Amino acid sequence: MKLTLRVWRQKNADAEGAMSTYEVDGISSDMSFLEMLDTLNEELIVKGEEPVAFDHDCREGICGACSLVINGDAHGPERTTTCQLHMRSFDDGDTIDIEPWRAAAFPVIKDLVVDRSAFDRIIQSGGYISAPTGAAPEAHATPVPKPDADFAFEHAECIGCGACVAACPNGSAMLFTSAKVNHLNVLPQGAPERETRVLDMVAQMDSEGFGGCTLTGECATACPKGIPLPSIAAMNKEWLRAARKGRR
Amino acid sequence: MNDFTEYTTGEPVVDAKAPKGPVAERWDTRRFEAKLVNPANRRKHTVIVVGTGLAGGSAGATLAEQGYHVVQFCYQDSPRRAHSIAAQGGINAAKNYRNDGDSVHRLFYDTVKGGDFRARESNVHRLAQISVNIIDQCVAQGVPFAREYGGLLDTRSFGGVQVSRTFYARGQTGQQLLLGAYQALSKEIAAGNVEMHPRTEMLDVIVVDGRARGIVARDLITGKIDTYFADAVVLASGGYGNVFYLSTNAMNSNATAVWRAHRRGAYFANPCFTQIHPTCIPRTGDHQSKLTLMSESLRNDGRIWVPKAKGDKRPANEIPEDERDYYLERIYPSFGNLVPRDIASRAAKNVCDEGRGVGPGGQGVYLDFADAIRRMGRGAVEEKYGNLFDMYERITAENPYEVPMRIYPAVHYTMGGLWVDYDLQTTVPGLFAIGEANFSDHGANRLGASALMQGLADGYFVLPSTINDYLARNPHKDEVDAEHPAVREVLAETEDRLNLLLAVDGDRTPDSFHRELGELMWEFCGMARTDSGLRKALERIPQIREEFWRRIKVPGSGEEFNQSLEKANRIVDYLELAELMCLDALHRAESCGGHFREESQTPDGEAERRDEEFSYAAAWEFSGTGTAPVLHKEDLVFEYVHPTQRSYA
Repeated sequence: MKLTLRVWRQKNADAEGAMSTYEVDGISSDMSFLEMLDTLNEELIVKGEEPVAFDHDCREGICGACSLVINGDAHGPERTTTCQLHMRSFDDGDTIDIEPWRAAAFPVIKDLVVDRSAFDRIIQSGGYISAPTGAAPEAHATPVPKPDADFAFEHAECIGCGACVAACPNGSAMLFTSAKVNHLNVLPQGAPERETRVLDMVAQMDSEGFGGCTLTGECATACPKGIPLPSIAAMNKEWLRAARKGRR
Repeated sequence: MNDFTEYTTGEPVVDAKAPKGPVAERWDTRRFEAKLVNPANRRKHTVIVVGTGLAGGSAGATLAEQGYHVVQFCYQDSPRRAHSIAAQGGINAAKNYRNDGDSVHRLFYDTVKGGDFRARESNVHRLAQISVNIIDQCVAQGVPFAREYGGLLDTRSFGGVQVSRTFYARGQTGQQLLLGAYQALSKEIAAGNVEMHPRTEMLDVIVVDGRARGIVARDLITGKIDTYFADAVVLASGGYGNVFYLSTNAMNSNATAVWRAHRRGAYFANPCFTQIHPTCIPRTGDHQSKLTLMSESLRNDGRIWVPKAKGDKRPANEIPEDERDYYLERIYPSFGNLVPRDIASRAAKNVCDEGRGVGPGGQGVYLDFADAIRRMGRGAVEEKYGNLFDMYERITAENPYEVPMRIYPAVHYTMGGLWVDYDLQTTVPGLFAIGEANFSDHGANRLGASALMQGLADGYFVLPSTINDYLARNPHKDEVDAEHPAVREVLAETEDRLNLLLAVDGDRTPDSFHRELGELMWEFCGMARTDSGLRKALERIPQIREEFWRRIKVPGSGEEFNQSLEKANRIVDYLELAELMCLDALHRAESCGGHFREESQTPDGEAERRDEEFSYAAAWEFSGTGTAPVLHKEDLVFEYVHPTQRSYA
């Protein structure tokens, strides 16, 4: 296939960015989207131009590094990560717009690479269970009902890619934050820190400059791991419960 | 003839830290003999940890909990993205929850045998002992392992064993375990006990007065190269499978940390021991940038077959049952589809070499779930493997519920790595290597679900005990002087190397060299190796290296975010490491585990070990780029598991 790419180019965090247009030819429908960008970059390097910078690592849809807005959609037209999107989703002659995540809390570092360290700080504020190494009781000492274990797993699947924030018109991180709160708060092991966890994580989220949630639902639509929208409602319930108890 | 092959044999290398006595008591003995650091003094000690995968993440968190000041690095934008996250199948532990005859001793036995008798008994036994603590630890952290309806943990079986000891979290066990370690690390970062440097890549080790005292690292955003000092340095930087260009490793996984450590004096052990995983999605063309693994757990319920006839081009579902060859079940009736990885991979290569492979280029075999779906129902198959099936369909656009998957072997894991003693310390005092970065526990072949076990054993339990001994014996005295000649030298060398890469301004991209090297390694140092092939590769590698330094093109500058520069610098190290891998494979004129030398096989084509000559770990000492290294042998002694020809028939 032959494609026209319009790509966001930005030298560094302080520079002005703009869309640049490139033509690529000989693209196979079996290629992944990132392999298509590899092809472009190989050509740019040989021509002496700077290749397009983008984050990627595992290319298996699990590390959460890749992060492109493709034709206006976070991770593109399929419900998957950018690295698992294949060119068979596009047609010969298409023009494709490629932009970075756009959110105030995710500043651009270069081209399509953004700074998502705000997510790490949200986890640091309470997204863990305090269990120092060596202090653990026998694993079978605390059975966990299967529905609770499954609920925890569904939320623990979040890969921290940030598509939820990129898709949200408010740039809200509620889906990300709620996924971790729900994963840990449903488990008996997570119960002792249940209230402080949700209060601290929400406070940190707010301080990072993410927007508020207006239940648009774009986040859950864009999420490559299918974190469900009711996750947010469940976190709100946890937050209200904790706030009533006044546990900070 | 190439000078590099004219290696010399030096003094044997001895693991002086492994205690004597009954194998089951050695870990207790060592922990008791190891000196401790007074808790009040620990905060005066700084430990650098490079990497945030299962080994690094768990080590950083645990050392910080103990009171050490930890300075930690990862090249990713977040410690949560290390490639341990991609491990799918599970983690072994000798809990014997199934009451199926499992025990610490059986896990120990299976691992030594699975490694084809090229691992240390002391280390493997310790690993099996610790396995049970890992599950407890991870459950306490909230890792959502699969559970039964009664609320207890579920297990499944994995290749090379006949008990059900693998704990799992659907097909995302690595992700869940890594997030557990990441969250523990995050807590310590917030508490100020860990100083975390994401998007920062280690480029060299600083050795002062014979001890590792720090690293040189580059901030990948600003390009600034800096020195960081510590009382000990822990490398948890993973394996070197990306030497092959195409592998299941992450795109940016690299060997720079371990190779630079090797150049500074750390011996590199068994570099030729690489694992080719049997169940990966076959490549589709030259554009392929990496390969994707399908968890080996699929072999529990999927049946592997190829057509009986050569060149049979019919679609899978048009080939009648009696014209299919379920070759693993035929050749290995007692283990069937669950033979160890090296055996399954080689069998797939053999049937494809016979012309019976399926899919594009005949480089694939079927992994068929039709029987499993009939037996268990589609719902049960979906519950167990749903995400793997989805992933397969996303990549191939084929629905594995309806047509069999196509799989082919791919480079997956490297058993070789930096030589370490029982304390996980390299031959450079103060420099430790944990997880896939070391060579210690898997011998010549790693069993499925054992990488996660080893990474977490090293990070949560082994290193935090053994590093105390080193720190207690080498009390913190003076800060390292940044003006020390050794520091200035390593900094200058690093800067020169990057500047040179930028200055060549040739006409070939970094990827083009990486691909060329990878193809050469896959052909001559891949699934089957020969004396003549390895010699060819050893002749070719220095030529590629020479061409690299003449024709490499790296756009941009060093003072900015520059992914081409990162890549090119990693290839510099691959071009040296590849040569050592080939030499190690050439010198080891036997077959064992993942290392298959065509000259050394039984009449029915199985790997034939030659214990009289090769029952040792080969630890190589660096003597210069392209200069023949020195071989130090560590004799392997088997007191408990007696070497036999591995049989899975």
